[in-house]
Amino acid sequence: MATDTTYQGSLPLGRQLHHIAMKLGLRPRTAVILVPYLWLMLFFVAPFLIVLKISFAQTIIAQPPYTPMFGPGSVPHEDLLLNYNRLFDDLLYINAYWSSLQLAFTSTVICLLIGYPMAYGIARCAPTTRALLLLAIILPFWTSFLIRVYAWMGILGKEGVLNNTLQALGIIDAPLNILYTPVAMYIGIVYTYLPFMILPLYANLEKMDLSLLEAAQDLGCRPWKAFCVITIPLSFPGIIAGSLLVFIPAVGEYVIPELLGGPNALMIGRVVYNEFAQNRDWPMSAAVAVAILLLLVIPIMLFQYFQNKAQEAPK
Amino acid sequence: MSSRLSWFILLILVLGFAFLYGPMLVLITYSFNANKLMTLWGGFSVRWYPELLTDSQVLNAAKNSFVVASVSATFATVLGTMAGYVLARYRKFRGRLPFSGMVTAPLVMPEVITGLSLLLLFKQLDTWFGWPRSMGFTTVILAHITFCMAYVTVVMQSRFSTFDISLEEAAQDLGARPLKTFLVITLPIVAPAVISGWLLAFTISLDDLVITLFTNGPGSGTLPQLIFSKVRRGVDPTINALATIIIAVVSTGVITSHILMTRAERRRQRDIQLALQSNK
Repeated sequence: MATDTTYQGSLPLGRQLHHIAMKLGLRPRTAVILVPYLWLMLFFVAPFLIVLKISFAQTIIAQPPYTPMFGPGSVPHEDLLLNYNRLFDDLLYINAYWSSLQLAFTSTVICLLIGYPMAYGIARCAPTTRALLLLAIILPFWTSFLIRVYAWMGILGKEGVLNNTLQALGIIDAPLNILYTPVAMYIGIVYTYLPFMILPLYANLEKMDLSLLEAAQDLGCRPWKAFCVITIPLSFPGIIAGSLLVFIPAVGEYVIPELLGGPNALMIGRVVYNEFAQNRDWPMSAAVAVAILLLLVIPIMLFQYFQNKAQEAPK
Repeated sequence: MSSRLSWFILLILVLGFAFLYGPMLVLITYSFNANKLMTLWGGFSVRWYPELLTDSQVLNAAKNSFVVASVSATFATVLGTMAGYVLARYRKFRGRLPFSGMVTAPLVMPEVITGLSLLLLFKQLDTWFGWPRSMGFTTVILAHITFCMAYVTVVMQSRFSTFDISLEEAAQDLGARPLKTFLVITLPIVAPAVISGWLLAFTISLDDLVITLFTNGPGSGTLPQLIFSKVRRGVDPTINALATIIIAVVSTGVITSHILMTRAERRRQRDIQLALQSNK
């Protein structure tokens, strides 16, 4: 045993690890796969299973504040779908879902309407200008998200920059009420998520084969029609990727409703946080989270499908 | 290539960039406002800057944020590079589909869900194994590694999939072992991508609020947590000053790295040209 360790000690560390791995029947390739795999299983998949488990539990005033339905120390209660029934009975939850979906969908459409012409314009610029404009799109993404939302509080407030300017110019007599309304939330979401729409669209439009458009025009197709029948259909993967990158996170947005939406803005992401942090109702919070996930499973899988296709395309 | 842009596209570009940059300019302008309220312009003043930079709460939160972001970014870069390598190189292995799913899902997952699920995991681990006793640096860093890793993976996967494998094959033909090949050939070539992956992870960790709110405890509060608790009560002039500093630092960093990268790329193109000419 002693000689064995000294023998191994004389080898370089890499070789030693290789030795041990081989003894365990672990090829290097397997190890490279296994490390990130296990990490994600532990910190990404297992947490969802625990959320699912707790969503069936019953709330009590204790530490932890629920009685487990399954597993060690469980006290099964009669109604498995207790929290899910509350989800459908209480109008608060349904309203919050509906308004979150509405907000996310409308913001995505607005982002697309602004982002598409911008991405198109950037992709058709000269290469040096293109690089600069692209940098200008990415720059806000690197600065703090929270600060960019906060900026609108100072602009849209009753005595904010916008109202002051409009009043000084004599355009309006009384200040506009924008902050703490849905309009402020739309502005906040479109503002912070616009780069996520533009980048995939740009990546797609930039690769487009322009000779197709020339061919169409040579054959007598008007530019506008060529745009509709060639450019838009070809950029479809970009449209989908950009829209999903905006829509999915926007559904669960917490910070924007909290800062710009005012106390009455009931958004589903806010419900999850408040049930957890304020009401200490872990099972309800978990049930709301599971319901959001069920809603987003199809969009998320769609996103992954397009993501994989985009990653495999350049090969 | 560059056809004439229509006036409509130009107009949208101008308005779009005004929309993206206007609010930031407002923040910067009002950080020099002598008046405490954002309502009126009270003359030029830099009084909020010393007030901000002597606030021990702000400095402490900034320090915590830097610790969390640098540790998380480093681990996320190692794990993300491995995951990106696996996805780009190992075209077929059992469980590839769920693996690629797990890797990209955190990119779009609403943060409240990721945050809640990680917190419940930590609470569950605590009841089963007595660890972690309380929320703090360890739990925040574990959470940040997990979602930052996804961004690094995407960067590294696209880098590895355009990598010229013949370089590695040449090294192995000359007798280098796989690990040595990776360290001496592969890693130096992909180093720029590794650095941008690390920077991306660092910024995203530095910026995160929601997941941190769930997984952090008292004593390790980060800068976004402090900003959030302040601005919830309304507009705060010291936050305008802080925003200006953040915008200045980030812009300088991004623009400098852009210039450096463009130069390196130009030099590489020139070298290729020279190599081709000398071959003739």
